[in-house]
Order: sequence, then C-alpha cells, then structure tokens
Amino acid sequence: MTLPLQAQPALDVEALRGDFPILSRAIHDRPLVYLDSASSSQKPKAVIDAVSRYYQESHANIHRGVYVLSEEATIAYEQAHVRVADFINADFEEMIFTKNTTEALNLVAYAWGLSNLQAGDEVVLTPLEHHSNLVPWQQVAKRTDAVIRYIRLTADGCLDMAHAAEIIGPRTKLVSVAQVSNVLGTVNPVDELGRMAHAHGALICVDGAQSIPHMAIDVRVMDCDFFAFSGHKMLGPTGIGGLYGKRGILDQMDPFLFGGDMISEVTLESASWNELPWKFEAGTPPIAQGIGLAAAVEYLQGVGMEAVQAHEHTLAHYALEQLRQVRDLDVYGPESEDDRSGVISFNIESLHPHDVASILDQHGVAIRGGHHCAMPLMRTLGLNSTCRASFYVYNTLEEINVLVEAIGEARRLLRR
Amino acid sequence: MSFNMYQENILDHYENPYNRGSLPQPTLEFRDLNPLCGDEVCIQASLDTQGRLDKVCFEGEGCVISLAAASMLMEAVEGKTLKEVKEMDRQDMLDLVGITLTTMRVKCAMLPLRALGKAIHQYEAEGEDG
Repeated sequence: MTLPLQAQPALDVEALRGDFPILSRAIHDRPLVYLDSASSSQKPKAVIDAVSRYYQESHANIHRGVYVLSEEATIAYEQAHVRVADFINADFEEMIFTKNTTEALNLVAYAWGLSNLQAGDEVVLTPLEHHSNLVPWQQVAKRTDAVIRYIRLTADGCLDMAHAAEIIGPRTKLVSVAQVSNVLGTVNPVDELGRMAHAHGALICVDGAQSIPHMAIDVRVMDCDFFAFSGHKMLGPTGIGGLYGKRGILDQMDPFLFGGDMISEVTLESASWNELPWKFEAGTPPIAQGIGLAAAVEYLQGVGMEAVQAHEHTLAHYALEQLRQVRDLDVYGPESEDDRSGVISFNIESLHPHDVASILDQHGVAIRGGHHCAMPLMRTLGLNSTCRASFYVYNTLEEINVLVEAIGEARRLLRR
Repeated sequence: MSFNMYQENILDHYENPYNRGSLPQPTLEFRDLNPLCGDEVCIQASLDTQGRLDKVCFEGEGCVISLAAASMLMEAVEGKTLKEVKEMDRQDMLDLVGITLTTMRVKCAMLPLRALGKAIHQYEAEGEDG
C-alpha cells in the first residue's frame, strides 16, 4: 500500500520512535505495533532516565530533612508541580498531584461533593463517562440524596447540546464530563458546557484523562473549575496524576485524605491544614513519579502539542479511511473527524473483540477489546464490547496497514 | 508460542454448540458475568430423580473461548451428580478445553464452570433455607 502524500505526518515520527526503547521490542517475532495508548502510553527514555536518576542521585523524603538529598528531592518535586501547572496554564497552588484521574475525581466527589451537595441538587453527567467519572458520583448521590442527570447522546455518539441546555438549570450544582471519550474518541464541547453550568451558578469538572495527552490544554481559557488527568497516558509514569482546581474553590474545601504533610499544626485535639497544594497531598507523595511526569511534560513541550495533535489527526483520518473499507466492519462514534480524537472503536460482524485482540496480538498488534470501563455507554450503544485502537505520537501510517492486514487474518482464522 | 487457540474443535463447538438454549422450568439457574470484558453466560439445568444433571443448557454473549468452553462443559456434565460437578476444578476445565490459553483468556474459559458452580451453590443454599 502506498501512502497518499497529504497523509504524510508533520513530525519526524521515525526519529521520535528512537526515543522509546520499548518500541524496538518484538512480540511473537513481529515488530510491536502498540495501539493501546488510550489505556496507557509508552515512555520515552527521558522519562525513564529522570525517574532512574532521581533514585540513583537524589532520593530522600520531601518537606522533612534539612540535608542536601531532602532539599534536592523537595526542589525537584516542587519544580515538577510548576512545570505541570504551566503546561495547563494553572498556578502552582492549584496543581495537586494525585495517583491518577480516578483519585483526582474521587477527591472532587468526596472533598467537594459530600459537603456541597444536598437533597435534590443535581449533578449532570453523560453516558460517555468512564466509570471513574460515574461511580464516585453515584456514591455521593446516595449519601446526599442528590440526583444524577445525563445529557443524551446523538446517534453518532456526540452530546445532544439542546438536551444539555434543557437539563442544566437552577438545580444543577455540578457538570462533570470527559473532554474526550475513551471509547468513541468524541471531543466534547467542554467550554460551552462550562458556560451553561456557570450561567446557573454551577461548577464544571472536566475529566481530561483522554485529552491532555493529545491536545494543548489551557484551564483559564476552558474556564473549568476542576480538571483531572493521569500521567501514565501522557508518556509519564504510572502512579501519578493531577487535579487542577480554581484556587478560590480549593481554599473553601476540606482535605480529602488526612495525615502527614497536609497539616499546618496538630495538637492532640485538632489540626489545621497546610497551604495549597499540599493540603491535598497527604503522606509521602509519589516523588519519583511526579518528577517523571514533569519529564514527560517537557518531552511533549519539545514535540509541541500542535504537532502531536496534527500527527494523531493524520493517523485517525487514515485509519478511519482504511477501516471503513473493511467488509462488515462497523466504526462507532462521530462521523465527522473534527469531533473526534485518535481513539477508534469498531467491531467486525460476529467476531468477538477478545478473539480479534488475541489474534492481533499474535501479529504483534496491541489493541484493547472489552467494555473500556464504560459499561453504561456499551449498553446505550447496544453492545457488550468493542475493539479499540488508539494512537499516539509514536504511531505510524504503516502500523495502521499492519492493523488492517491483521484484521483480515483474524477473519480468516475465525472462518468469517 | 505457536498460535493454537483457535483450533478446529474449538471453532466447531463455537459454531455448533452443544445444548445452547434455555429450559422452560430449570431447577438450577445462574447468570454470571466476566467483569473484565462484560461477557455473560447463563447456565440452566434440571435434575432427574437420582439427583443427576438431566438436562443442562447455556445461553450467553461472549468470545469464541468462553462459548466453546460452555458447550464443552455442557457435554461433559450431562448425567453427572452435583457432587461430581462440584469437584471439577480449574485444571479439569483446562483439560476439557484442551488448548494452551494466555493468562487473560483462561478467565474466559472459566466463566461457564464458575456459573454452573454458583448455580449449584445457590440451589443447595435454597434447599437448606426451605
């Protein structure tokens, strides 16, 4: 297959791939074709080295010792907050490091939701949400008697904005929504939803797990009140993520977890809280992972988020074009490429996604088959599961050809 | 590793399953889910006067491995006593399927046996209550 000229990616992907040691691995004697970055991305050497260098040269606990190592570790961890905050145009005090998106959203649900929601208040979600932006709110609703309402989807998996305008109203206290769907790749108009929420005095919380790796984020322009994300999907280590919150809101909130480092003064009877962001980072934090996340951000800044987004758009465009030519293959999600990111869910008639994924694995192709932690969305689509290929900065057009060929092989092996 | 998960007999069981369907009045019934992938299998059975599995059948939504395993299990347990079925373990099920499965796919093969085990457990617990 020859590649059309206009589909040639803007960034030098071959050179960039050299930065990712794992990409030279063979899987079942074939080159690894890693198409599951929406689940977790691979790591460039710069990130692996930053973590390793920290452990080899500077490790000690932070905010405790007065010796050199502790000071170095403290500075590196605080600088990591500065870099990540800058990346999304937040202030240092507004950048809380968490374990991942799930923990960040739980922080909002517990520390904000439980004390600000009352019986009859409404939380507006969408059927596109990952379980992590759904289950915490169900739990909070149970305890507070708040009501959860869902913005309907259009037939091709976009939010029905007319319905959003109908249900976001005076009872709404919070709109919490994924900026990009992890299943359909739908890019949701979070700016507009934020304006709707604010018009009624409600807050907007954005689940950025699938957006921050792939596009430039400016929380001031977006005007969101909370923004949650994971490090491991954006070239960083596992065990680190973040929550941005507007300072005025974070100031009003009580801590989520209690313990060491988040206090200002403790007596036998009571305690007062440390300043932001440490108020929300109880206990010894993921220091190495935070430093690794900063290295990932530096790497992404080096590539440039516009180039990242343009490259993925090229890949998604080519993949959609190729997959739509495959017989009996259904692609789910928005028709228009402007409304989607580099996540493509599909099914091949009568083939189960697990079987497809198993056979693709034999060809070195790693895709996800399953419900993608979005069982309600699967039900809405009338499905049990889908195959999902997702792209990132290191994927190539040739890899999409390998994917399509391997799908043909799966069909042959399963006699379909 | 050579690729042998989708052997002829597995595909045969998948395409022409043994006792796929439902019973009008089952004595035992359990619907179980694999939470990892959302696959589901429902097992139904009735007992004869000696307490043997007289009729067994399954219905489900799933991959080749889980549905072929269900079909093979139905064939294997028909006519067995509840005690015999309860003694079946993971290895028995893997032997029945007879192919090398990757770690994640073992869970697919175990779903039908787990559902049947739970159906028996539920039936016996109800018996004690009544």
